[in-house]
Amino acid sequence: MSHKVIIPIGPYHPLQEEPEFFRLYVEGEKVVDIDIVIGYMHRGIEELCEHKHFDQVSFLVERICGICSTSHPFAYVNAMEDLAKIKIPERALYIRTIIAEMERLHSHLLWLGLAGHFIGYNTIWMWAWRYREPILDCFEMITGNRNHYAMMKIGGVRRDIEDGHLSALKKMLDELARAADMFYGAVMDDPVIKARLKGIGVLTKEQAIEWSVVGPTARASGVNIDVRKDDPYGAYDKVSWNVIVEKDGDVFAKTRVRILELYESIRIIRQCIEKMPKGEIDADIKEIPAGEGIGHVEAPRGECFHYVKSDGTNRPLRHKIRAPSYMNVASNKVAAVGGTISDAAITLAAVDPCYCCTERVAVIQKDTDKKIMNGWDLIRLSQEKTERLRRGLGF
Amino acid sequence: MGLSEQIKERLKEKITNWYQHSPHRIYISIRPQDLKEISYLLFKELNLRFATATALDTPKGIEILYHFSFDKTGEIFSLRVLIEDKKNPWIESLATLFPAAEWIEREMWEMLGVNFVGHPNLKHLLLIDDWPENKYPLRKD
Repeated sequence: MSHKVIIPIGPYHPLQEEPEFFRLYVEGEKVVDIDIVIGYMHRGIEELCEHKHFDQVSFLVERICGICSTSHPFAYVNAMEDLAKIKIPERALYIRTIIAEMERLHSHLLWLGLAGHFIGYNTIWMWAWRYREPILDCFEMITGNRNHYAMMKIGGVRRDIEDGHLSALKKMLDELARAADMFYGAVMDDPVIKARLKGIGVLTKEQAIEWSVVGPTARASGVNIDVRKDDPYGAYDKVSWNVIVEKDGDVFAKTRVRILELYESIRIIRQCIEKMPKGEIDADIKEIPAGEGIGHVEAPRGECFHYVKSDGTNRPLRHKIRAPSYMNVASNKVAAVGGTISDAAITLAAVDPCYCCTERVAVIQKDTDKKIMNGWDLIRLSQEKTERLRRGLGF
Repeated sequence: MGLSEQIKERLKEKITNWYQHSPHRIYISIRPQDLKEISYLLFKELNLRFATATALDTPKGIEILYHFSFDKTGEIFSLRVLIEDKKNPWIESLATLFPAAEWIEREMWEMLGVNFVGHPNLKHLLLIDDWPENKYPLRKD
């Protein structure tokens, strides 16, 4: 008789910044089903927005997420500018792009660090977070805050970037480019990491389309989508860069996409610094007409989608927010099922889940419903597997 | 032939209103009974991506916008349906066509009380399981 076991991971997952709950149904070592429970972080922001002035909403939506905090206000201002057909000053477009790409750099490094820890590579974790720190320092220098930069406003940006700050930003990018080379070498050429991540947590192209996943999760599965290229906003159509697409759909491909995107983000910011014109940064918008608008941006995790409806008053009548993890986390239903328990932690983490955006893991014996493991155990299992592979490969 | 023309030609009189707000934002009003067939056409045959759906409580009824994105050109086509019966609103579920719609339909069900007929797993997503019945946070009444 087979023993079906349920492994609970969460709600307080020690390595994620937020509560999450996955119930993994396992038979022996194999994951046969997964139940994703979200809602622990639901704060009713869509409803709250309906009670705020249009200008206040950008501050409120910035607080949806602490990691990709500028993506939500960026999508929101895009939606409002679509609604009211506002043209914004060119300098503001470049500043928005610089801020959004700096955010992608620190977000991808954060993920790389966590992924490293999940498979027992704590050196990668320490390195990644060490190189993330100067980016946050640059944010503090430019915007006054390490997080929640409050740069986006309807019609432009709230702060200009001073010339002196640009040279400090350039210096940080030069150092980061060297660090990216190091990460590329350390991760891509390491035979243990390759053995550990190749063929793990595969999401096929067909599945990626069926589940409508977005961002690096989709691009790692061969789906060539990137809002920055497909429906350009900000200054993305004024600079040259490439969309990174991989075919395999496994955790290794997702890692590769994110590391290569570090280079593209550095390229984009460097060009923006060179091309940025002088001039106004705000179109000074006073009134918002009745109507509806849709704005979407490529957040570090994928497309962030905002829909706003206005009735001509100073508050939104309806504000719909769809974060990228909302689509990506749901796809774990196919990516994690069929794999082993020791691969579950890294597979679930590979979509770079953001729970406050979406909204949590347990392993349970299926016939008895007995909980036998928690998140810590899963990470230990994952790290032990890496260790076995390392020994097997003779390192 | 652009995608707009293709959709117009394929749907013909099924479109009750066509509104292009800006070059990449198109709103197509349709009847609720045609939703499933049109969604099948957009998602499976014309290869659009399902972005999400927005449900609104309006004086005329519950309005749902299904946002489909065509990433090759960056256009977003939003299908607009109006469910007039506010006492017992229902519409066919799209989750049987593509799993991407599963979560958002659960959300619209708990937030506005729309019954998605045929949904494989219509239960609470964001709200707690013992949320009181017939209390819908995003209803205006």
